Amino acid sequence: MHLRPVGATALLVEVAGPAQALALATWARAARVEAVEVVPAAESVLFDGVPDVEALGALLRGWTPTSETPVGELVEVPVTYDGADLAFVADAWGTDVAGLVARHTGLEFVSAFCGFAPGFAYLDGLPAELAVPRLDSPRPRVPAGSVGLAGRWCGTYPTASPGGWRLLGRTDAPLWDPSRDRPALLAPGTRVRFVAA
Amino acid sequence: MSLHVLATGPLVTVQDRGRLGLAHLGVPRAGALDVPAAELANRLVGNAADAAVLEVLLGGLSLRADAGCWVAVTGAPVPLDIAGSARAHARAHARAEWLATGETLTLGTPTSGLRSYVAVSGGVDVPPVLGSRSTDTLAWVGPPRVESGTVLPVGRPRGAPRPLDTPRAPRRGALRVTAGPRADWFDDDALDRLCATPYVVSADSDRIGLRLDGPALPRRRTDEPVSEGMVLGAVQVPPSGVPVVFLADHPPTGGYPVLALVDEADLWQCAQLRPGEDLRFTRRRGSPAATP
Repeated sequence: MHLRPVGATALLVEVAGPAQALALATWARAARVEAVEVVPAAESVLFDGVPDVEALGALLRGWTPTSETPVGELVEVPVTYDGADLAFVADAWGTDVAGLVARHTGLEFVSAFCGFAPGFAYLDGLPAELAVPRLDSPRPRVPAGSVGLAGRWCGTYPTASPGGWRLLGRTDAPLWDPSRDRPALLAPGTRVRFVAA
Repeated sequence: MSLHVLATGPLVTVQDRGRLGLAHLGVPRAGALDVPAAELANRLVGNAADAAVLEVLLGGLSLRADAGCWVAVTGAPVPLDIAGSARAHARAHARAEWLATGETLTLGTPTSGLRSYVAVSGGVDVPPVLGSRSTDTLAWVGPPRVESGTVLPVGRPRGAPRPLDTPRAPRRGALRVTAGPRADWFDDDALDRLCATPYVVSADSDRIGLRLDGPALPRRRTDEPVSEGMVLGAVQVPPSGVPVVFLADHPPTGGYPVLALVDEADLWQCAQLRPGEDLRFTRRRGSPAATP
């Protein structure tokens, strides 16, 4: 764990990976640290809007680094597996489409952090041997609800946007709805399973 | 009561102090870019500091009140016109003015600066989205942009207008910077180089970031950091080496290293700098950020 001050009111904490970042962010929220924003990312947690950076630093030093994933709520996401890159990914996994669906629905993911767009969750849990490269050039428009893979991440597009992820299919699940108390369905810490629709 | 929008310029949005606490869900903070101007407008009409105002880019807004109300226009100075059935005359910038029932307020083109703020007594009372009435232009969280035909509900006035306000003028000048969290990814003299020569505001600047043309800032490390949380005022340096200052609608996470941080008290100037204008940075004197 390495602490980098970000001006007088924020602190960037570098950690070993997404699981550790999520563990630290969850711990910090439970400890009600004084910060307006607690933003986990792939290898860091940003604490912003911090009235006393030194006190926060001292508190965080008391945290024992762990990659143990906190047990969050389990959400099932129904997927219609008809994505444009289904054949490519099946080939990369050395299987056919039915085999791909069986493997993808057999995994349990955890939302490590959100970024890129509101409610766009980076889902951790793809074994290293199933990692797939991004598209060489992103598609100008990926439809809302698309479910895709990039590297070791699985992700779902809450809104239509450009995107370079390998698309497996799409979901009707309400990934982002600002009228709800919990606008992001897959907020950090949420466990996720995909089911064939 | 309501304000009926008859015309707009390039962009009019509703803004308050922003949508805080949701960066971890990928939601930008949004909020007025020129905070002192928005606060002054609210004070002039007797509103609380968190009342929603209209942020008007390059003038062109025209609106009609269906009941009398106090209005104030601040920020980029614009010719103001209040027109009714019987009278039509220019009104003052940065002063509370009475807009009578049926009268129309029209903002001309700013003589300098970019963004003007219109406050109305009672505040713009569109339904809040996730706790704020601000429109974020990165992901379009919040109320829709204001267009010709938009009807804006107005809240009940809470305080008396203050027709005269003599605020301490915000300090104008070079943007004060301190070292950012990834300053060590750059050459040792990168911060000095940032402050040594003026940069020119680029035409693709917006509420997300002030994009600059000028000397590139060479990096010591050529790999990209993995995406990490970003703060308001971060001076991010993409591979081109030419910096971007992150403003209110900045993405909550970003993948380019942050060389410097602009003092929050100076950020209002980024709201008013026009493309082609010069911008200077200067190292902030005084105590460096404490190392925890």
